[in-house]
Amino acid sequence: MLRRALRLGLGRGLLGRGLGTWRGDSTLDWDGKVSDIKKKIQSVLPGGAWNPLYDTSHLPPEHSDVVIVGGGVLGLSVAYWLKRLEKRRGAIQVLVVERDYTYSQASTGLSVGGIRQQFSLPENIQLSLFSVDFLRNINEYLAVVDDPPLDLQFNPSGYLLLASEKGAAIMENNVKVQRQEGAKVCLMSPEQLRNKFPWINTEGVALASYGLEDEGWFDPWCLLQGLRRKVQSMGVLFCHGEVTRFISSSNRMETASGEEVTLKRIHEVHVKMDRSLEYQPVECAIVINAAGAWSGQIAELAGIGKGPPGTLQGTKLPVEPRKRYVYLWHCPQGPGLETPFVIDSSGAYFRREGLGNNYLGSCSPTELSPQEEEPDPGNLEVDHGFFQDKVWPHLAQRVPAFETLKVRSAWAGYYDYNTFDQNGVVGPHPLVVNMYFATGFSGHGLQQAPAVGRAVAEMVLEGSFQTIDLNPFLFSRFYLGEKVQEHNII
Amino acid sequence: MAAPKASLYLVAPIWKGGPRGIRGLSRTVAPEGNQRKRRTVLQFLADRFYDVQALREYLLRKQVSKVHQKNRFQGQEWMRPNGRGRFSLEFFKFQAVPVEAVDASGCAINYQGLDNLLALKELQSLSLQRCPHVDDWCLSRLYQLAGSLQELSLAGCPQVSERGLACLHHLQNLRRLDISDLPAVSNPGLTQILVEEMLPNCNVLGADWAQGLKLGPEEQSQDTARSIPA
Repeated sequence: MLRRALRLGLGRGLLGRGLGTWRGDSTLDWDGKVSDIKKKIQSVLPGGAWNPLYDTSHLPPEHSDVVIVGGGVLGLSVAYWLKRLEKRRGAIQVLVVERDYTYSQASTGLSVGGIRQQFSLPENIQLSLFSVDFLRNINEYLAVVDDPPLDLQFNPSGYLLLASEKGAAIMENNVKVQRQEGAKVCLMSPEQLRNKFPWINTEGVALASYGLEDEGWFDPWCLLQGLRRKVQSMGVLFCHGEVTRFISSSNRMETASGEEVTLKRIHEVHVKMDRSLEYQPVECAIVINAAGAWSGQIAELAGIGKGPPGTLQGTKLPVEPRKRYVYLWHCPQGPGLETPFVIDSSGAYFRREGLGNNYLGSCSPTELSPQEEEPDPGNLEVDHGFFQDKVWPHLAQRVPAFETLKVRSAWAGYYDYNTFDQNGVVGPHPLVVNMYFATGFSGHGLQQAPAVGRAVAEMVLEGSFQTIDLNPFLFSRFYLGEKVQEHNII
Repeated sequence: MAAPKASLYLVAPIWKGGPRGIRGLSRTVAPEGNQRKRRTVLQFLADRFYDVQALREYLLRKQVSKVHQKNRFQGQEWMRPNGRGRFSLEFFKFQAVPVEAVDASGCAINYQGLDNLLALKELQSLSLQRCPHVDDWCLSRLYQLAGSLQELSLAGCPQVSERGLACLHHLQNLRRLDISDLPAVSNPGLTQILVEEMLPNCNVLGADWAQGLKLGPEEQSQDTARSIPA
């Protein structure tokens, strides 16, 4: 009897405990279950990415109208202008694929950040003029609701280019072209130079050109982040991955003169995820190659340059990475607040950095003989001997105060160097009909990025350049051998 | 604005009256309590409806473009506007007379508006005190007045920084420069010294250069004994 009572009691106790635990369990579970069900319903409804087998939220979408390879300032600029110039809101889906979201090797962040209009080609001057206008009104172009305005930290101190006897005639010509295009540049004799900047040693200088307005340097990282923020608010998707393959189809066509030509069209871009073998084939209509120093590799993936040399199929994209160093030094007796961005006739350049008598500079390798002395682009290690041998002598000769200086730090970055003529490649490829280039600017990509982005977007949307005519910068010039050479680059 | 009354009610508290909206953009303003609540309502709607989001972006663009409409030439030979803010018609009689001094303090003049001032080739004194839209870009245009400008005042301009002050070295005839109370200058004392070095013939008023200096340990103990003039 006792046992029966105990058993009953235990039973009731069990039941009682069971009921209690069920109640306890169900309240604990209920919240979690509700949110799970909500998530599932959201993903099933249109707009959610529903994949019943596994989670694909980290992968790029399966379809995208435009895929931009490279998320630096040029790629983001193209994305911005594509979204801005589209005819209807949300008409174009854009995907930006960037391999390194820390931008540790990207040329944009490592750039010295200068912008000038002192070029010799009218197209370059116009690109730069529009870009400076973009930067001046950056808070109108890149305004995002609820976000603070951008502070580019622009120093409007101008560029000072020095020319020796040989270069004086070219410089005069250049300044004439610049003035015609609307840049505000003035020529200075050595005496005027000594009056204005007493810290310059004008020995060997025959002529100098000084940009009075709209030239200077700014913070490229701020521009990049501003573009990124705005472009995300406009609905551009970002993907952290690497482009490994293009799937394309070929078409044999005949030209009007009866020649046979093979036209290629890219259908899919394979984007491989970081540190994994997983990849996503993204079906796309247009691919934009804005991969900077690595554009040559992307072009090879698309089959550009695979053909007998000397033909259009065999013409490679001549963009390769070139390593350039930048040094930061301190010179207590150095030039003051009025220091512009000085470019010496020997190729050495420097600019003021901040208020503490610090200066940034290096040497542009116009005088370097090619292939022999080019630093190895495999890594971004800095060669301090380069400063001692190639940069400091020229600096000390031009600015005597720089004989005593102390290098504080240095870094290296890549130029997307166009070995053909050191100017950008913009526009579609003649054979791979849906690949557009926005690369190869060899050190002045940052200062022309807003204008080039607009040009490429116009080319994609309208079929031709509308505002600035960049037809001399098309790919076909590599096959035809028409160099558009700039007479002075850094 | 042609927007219907209902959405006006939602929108107006956010932008808190036209003129302040732009100035609010130029510095990060922490929203007060109920403004934050109203912001979240519009934000909530903007997250859900593309139309409301487009409306907010349109309003933002309109606010930004309002600045351009307010730039009118306000040069004066100490001709002041009357009580209602209008100039007397006598102003037009002086068209041939060169303008010597312009006081544009507090005006909403910006980069494009400066075109009017830079045309005055005999301008000797320019006062741009407390102009909210005068920034470094505007200062880079002042070199065109280098031949005649002797007095320049930039006191209280919220967007002028030391980078813009670096462009003033073109103004070699400048005798008086006022750069006091510039909130965007990172190091006022050091900037003052550098500007004085840059313009040796100019009397630069501004931050006291000793302002940013701290007393050394020995001097600090002596300081308690006697007062050192700051």
